[in-house]
Amino acid sequence: MQSLVIVAHGSHLNPDSATPTHTHADTIRATSAFDEVRTGFWKEQPSLREVLRTARGDDIYVVPLFISEGYFTERVIPRELRLEGWDPDLWDSDGISADTATLPAGDIDNDVHYCGPVGTHRAMTDVLIRRAVSVTGDENVGDGFGFAVVGHGTERNENSAKAIEYHTDRIRETGRFDEVKALFMDEEPAVDDVADHFDSEDIIVVPLFIADGFHTQEDIPEDMGLTDDYRNGYDVPATVDGHRIWYGGAVGTEELTADVILERAADAGADIGDAIARVRQQTNPTREAAGD
Amino acid sequence: MSTIDSRLSATQLAAFRDHLTEEPIEYDGLTANYDADEAIYHIETPDGKTSVAADELSTVAAEQAAYLTNWHFYTQQVGGEIVRAFCRWLELADERPVPNRYAALEDGIDREWGQLAITTTISDNGSRRYEIRHADDSDAAADALTTHTDPLDARDIGTLDADGRYRPLRTAPSLTAGWLFADLTANEVYEAVEAFYPATIVNWHREQRGELDVDHWRDEQDRQSGIYNLITVLPDEAVDWAAAACCDDSQCVKRREWELSEEESLTAAGGDGVFPCREPCSMVVAAGREWAKLEREDTQRYEFELTPSEKEQIETIIDAVADGTVDEIREADVSEPANRYRVRYLREKRFDEAGNLAGTPTHPEAHDEHADSGDTDH
Repeated sequence: MQSLVIVAHGSHLNPDSATPTHTHADTIRATSAFDEVRTGFWKEQPSLREVLRTARGDDIYVVPLFISEGYFTERVIPRELRLEGWDPDLWDSDGISADTATLPAGDIDNDVHYCGPVGTHRAMTDVLIRRAVSVTGDENVGDGFGFAVVGHGTERNENSAKAIEYHTDRIRETGRFDEVKALFMDEEPAVDDVADHFDSEDIIVVPLFIADGFHTQEDIPEDMGLTDDYRNGYDVPATVDGHRIWYGGAVGTEELTADVILERAADAGADIGDAIARVRQQTNPTREAAGD
Repeated sequence: MSTIDSRLSATQLAAFRDHLTEEPIEYDGLTANYDADEAIYHIETPDGKTSVAADELSTVAAEQAAYLTNWHFYTQQVGGEIVRAFCRWLELADERPVPNRYAALEDGIDREWGQLAITTTISDNGSRRYEIRHADDSDAAADALTTHTDPLDARDIGTLDADGRYRPLRTAPSLTAGWLFADLTANEVYEAVEAFYPATIVNWHREQRGELDVDHWRDEQDRQSGIYNLITVLPDEAVDWAAAACCDDSQCVKRREWELSEEESLTAAGGDGVFPCREPCSMVVAAGREWAKLEREDTQRYEFELTPSEKEQIETIIDAVADGTVDEIREADVSEPANRYRVRYLREKRFDEAGNLAGTPTHPEAHDEHADSGDTDH
């Protein structure tokens, strides 16, 4: 029996924080790739302390629905899951290359496969591009468009910026968009001045965040000048300084994120058959438009 | 037809025979084995012994058939030890032998799990079916409730309370009513309860087995890092206040089993919940962090001029907020001390322009310095 355990931050204040976790868990349940899919949270229930005891599989894959490697993935989650012998060096990561560590979990009489976070997996690049498609409604979007990947910055964790740069570089390497840049909330280049950083008239802006909340729904739209008051909403696209800004919101809400969770588990040895291909197909926003 | 008169299905008989070919059965009052030399099945229940050939198995007495369908349901249909233990608890399996239980299951056996009312019924072949509704809806007609079939719908039902406010603590006694899971299997009832009250069944099961691992407040303190390190300075007596404030039955349907430490009990009541709380939750830790900050302040002596009724009014307002009864106070019931008009009147009368109660500054020294600036100082 094979179990997938998705662990996420959650919130005491914002009911939307856990929504992507539940949505992606449901998407993966529908593939039947795992005998069960469980979710656990730092701030909600079941807690990280108790989620493993809700899992019944012999092979348990734990995937953190977090953006970067750092305090939560390296310290809080392993401690709360009681991963015995955990050391961040087991991931042998340069900050964006965590893969898997297999360790006994003190809470249960079993080993678990502890995977790196979804945010630093290469497949997350595809999710960012998918968000560009879903926000514009154009499956061929690219020519004439700039693409800004937005991160929090290095305030607490330098790996946070590394993840942004990593995906920015990968999107740029596809050659699909005219310009691709990393912007930040609390450091230069700043998302506030998004129009200054692009020549393209159309700019897609996607925050590399897991869930929509204060930063993605209030700060960033106001900082970019999409709206004076987030409560009044904003247009997509909205015109700022002569540029059309296609603001996508937190990339983690894109349905294809479920694919990255599957990729992490597959990299750790999970037998998931063709689930990745099916999720890629099912979550395609232009699927119906393409007559599929 | 009474379920006690039910007969074994071909599937059940095949499973029974297959199992006995491998090993004897000893389950819930049923003892059975297969004598291969004689090709005879020996079946013993509290009501008697029977020895029959394979082609006579379907003719065993109704009560023995009930033991067989009971064995089949629990060992062949229910997935896993924890689900099995929970379903047995739901039908009070330890209190009644199978025939009596089957008779009771015909009418339905009701149990409460937090705010959930769960009814177990039985079909002719011994399969149990489960219904879940809010305990407050126990007497409601089924067609007056919104019916759900997917156990995971419980997750969405439990996200907001009846007023549409977010429930960060899923075991808060604020579960909204008006819904119904009418017909769930054993595995589905487990998943629905798990979605309403995550990890409660597995912790209850550990407790039933005498294996509940309780982490006390001091364990929690020792484990924290980052911003929650601050709870290490929360005074012990404040932990008691915190437990009384947050973990009372009026605030959470779990039964608090954690104390200050293994040797140091809290005086606050742990509550009467069916399922245990095995460690301070993230809500208590986050609240504890705030209280740790607040408890760093020293007390200060203030002088206020209040009438006796005004003093009592302030106490009643605090009670109304703490007990969540503010919304119950009628609009025009100005005789109620926490009535909005009454409180607004008190504010008009007793607050100065800076919002200080009875004109008494919160920080008298700072107040003197800024007396001319008009700064609020509370």
